Amino acid sequence: METILSLKDLTKKYGALTAVDNLSFAIKKGNVYGILGPNGSGKSTTLGMVLNVVNKTSGEFAWFSGNMDTHEALKKVGAIIEHPNFYPYMTAAQNLALVCKIKDVPKDKIDEKLEIVGLLDRKDSKFRTFSLGMKQRLAIASALLNDPKILILDEPTNGLDPQGIHQIREIIRKIAAGGTTILLASHLLDEVEKVCSHVVIIRNGKKLYSGPVDAINASHGFFELQAKNMQLLQELLIAHPGIDKVSEKESIVTAILKEPMDAETINEYLFEKGLSLSYLVKRKESLEEQFLQLTNQTPTA
Amino acid sequence: MLRLLEIEYLKLRYSRSAKILVLTYFILITFIALIASIEFNLGEINFRVADQGIFNFPYIWHFNSYIAALLKLFLAIVIVSMMSNEYSNRTLKQNLIDGLSKKEFIASKFLTVTVFSLISTLFLFIVSMILGLSFSDFNEAAIIFSDMEYMIAYFVKLTGFFAFCMFLGILIKRSAFALGFLFIWWILESIVYGVLKWKVFRDSEIADNIARFFPLESMSNLIKEPFSRLSAVQTAATQLGSEFEKDYGIHWDQLLIVILWTAIFVFLSYSLLKKRDL
Repeated sequence: METILSLKDLTKKYGALTAVDNLSFAIKKGNVYGILGPNGSGKSTTLGMVLNVVNKTSGEFAWFSGNMDTHEALKKVGAIIEHPNFYPYMTAAQNLALVCKIKDVPKDKIDEKLEIVGLLDRKDSKFRTFSLGMKQRLAIASALLNDPKILILDEPTNGLDPQGIHQIREIIRKIAAGGTTILLASHLLDEVEKVCSHVVIIRNGKKLYSGPVDAINASHGFFELQAKNMQLLQELLIAHPGIDKVSEKESIVTAILKEPMDAETINEYLFEKGLSLSYLVKRKESLEEQFLQLTNQTPTA
Repeated sequence: MLRLLEIEYLKLRYSRSAKILVLTYFILITFIALIASIEFNLGEINFRVADQGIFNFPYIWHFNSYIAALLKLFLAIVIVSMMSNEYSNRTLKQNLIDGLSKKEFIASKFLTVTVFSLISTLFLFIVSMILGLSFSDFNEAAIIFSDMEYMIAYFVKLTGFFAFCMFLGILIKRSAFALGFLFIWWILESIVYGVLKWKVFRDSEIADNIARFFPLESMSNLIKEPFSRLSAVQTAATQLGSEFEKDYGIHWDQLLIVILWTAIFVFLSYSLLKKRDL
């Protein structure tokens, strides 16, 4: 599959602070990628580097085939970073005309793109009169002007009201359905879960996971158990080959599975060893729990 | 190149404050003509400024380029704010993301600066030509087109000054502070000159020789004040027993210093932008 963007050991240091630490991943054509990480994890810095606004400290990144100047490559990219940035004294259409000039594309798509984001009727209003949601939608229209090979969105729903969030997500879904590759940075899990097919999870500038969203969902789940003899319960669980980790919290033992296992199997196993359970539940982790688990553990652990 | 100018033109075209300032600037230049209508009626003496020879060719080139250069502050405000607004609106960041390179960004700004200077020079040329043809005592082509180097000096002076403003706009990122800094810089130059002149190199020309390399000083040295060159003033001075021995000409080394500063400011703007994380 065609590679659109590849990062290799990309690093950014601000003095003693390492904002992005040896980050490597590749974006393939046609997928919807999410960069997921808590605030301050280096998502925006990473995007800033590949978008030519933040200078990298070391490492490499390459757009498309890699034999193109970054700013030339960016003409084929559509990107919005954090706030929508436009000239406040110009109208929506005038701002988009300026973007067309910068991207070196004809102006005839302005109306079409404004239509997609539902701003056609406001095309002659000055940018400073727009609400945040409208500004964000205008930014998306602007990013689409060159029919980009990849659309990069950094926290597109940040600060919007529920209706605005819904509108933006609908637009993203529509664009994704059209086959455009999308890279979406977000600290919101459900946003990534709802929109993306692949995810890169980063924390403190380090990559924790990268792969399909389904794959992190496809863990084997965990048991919650209780018995009179908690000590024996824990010992037996640790001894079982199918169980990865055991922990106790508020007199409930949690056993994370290494391989698929039924609740019956564990019940039989424990009963054979002479322990009867007073409580047994099998749970599947939500992406959110996994995300918290991923981002809270140190990468070496 | 045309694309870069078009980009800048679109940005300025819709800005009301830029339009007003540019318009004010050009209207004020035409107001030089109003000097012609200044008349004094002091009883017996009827004194009309236009008759004192200020609009004579080729002196008018000197006089008008000096007066018009005083108005450059109006355009300086436009240039400083067109740089710093890119920071305050964060549009610089968006421009780069949209595919403008940092080099192109500086090039588009410097091209605009050059075009402003060029238009101003052409405009001044036309205004001076009209005034001269109406009031000058001499109308021979050879005289009209002599001393044209004042127009070249005017263009170089404006370009240099605006390049300085452009650099300050990028360096300081806030238009008001950048203009304030320009003023402080001007005072600093005067202080350093004063210290050199009256403390370090007393009673010698060394201080002047150093000061002529300062950016603002070198620009103001390009076109010297024209008033003492007026024949009326010269006559009065001779009668009072003092002689002026002053060189009013344009010197290529002065032009070179200003051109060098222009190059330095453009280069500094670029390296500053290149180094910065936005």
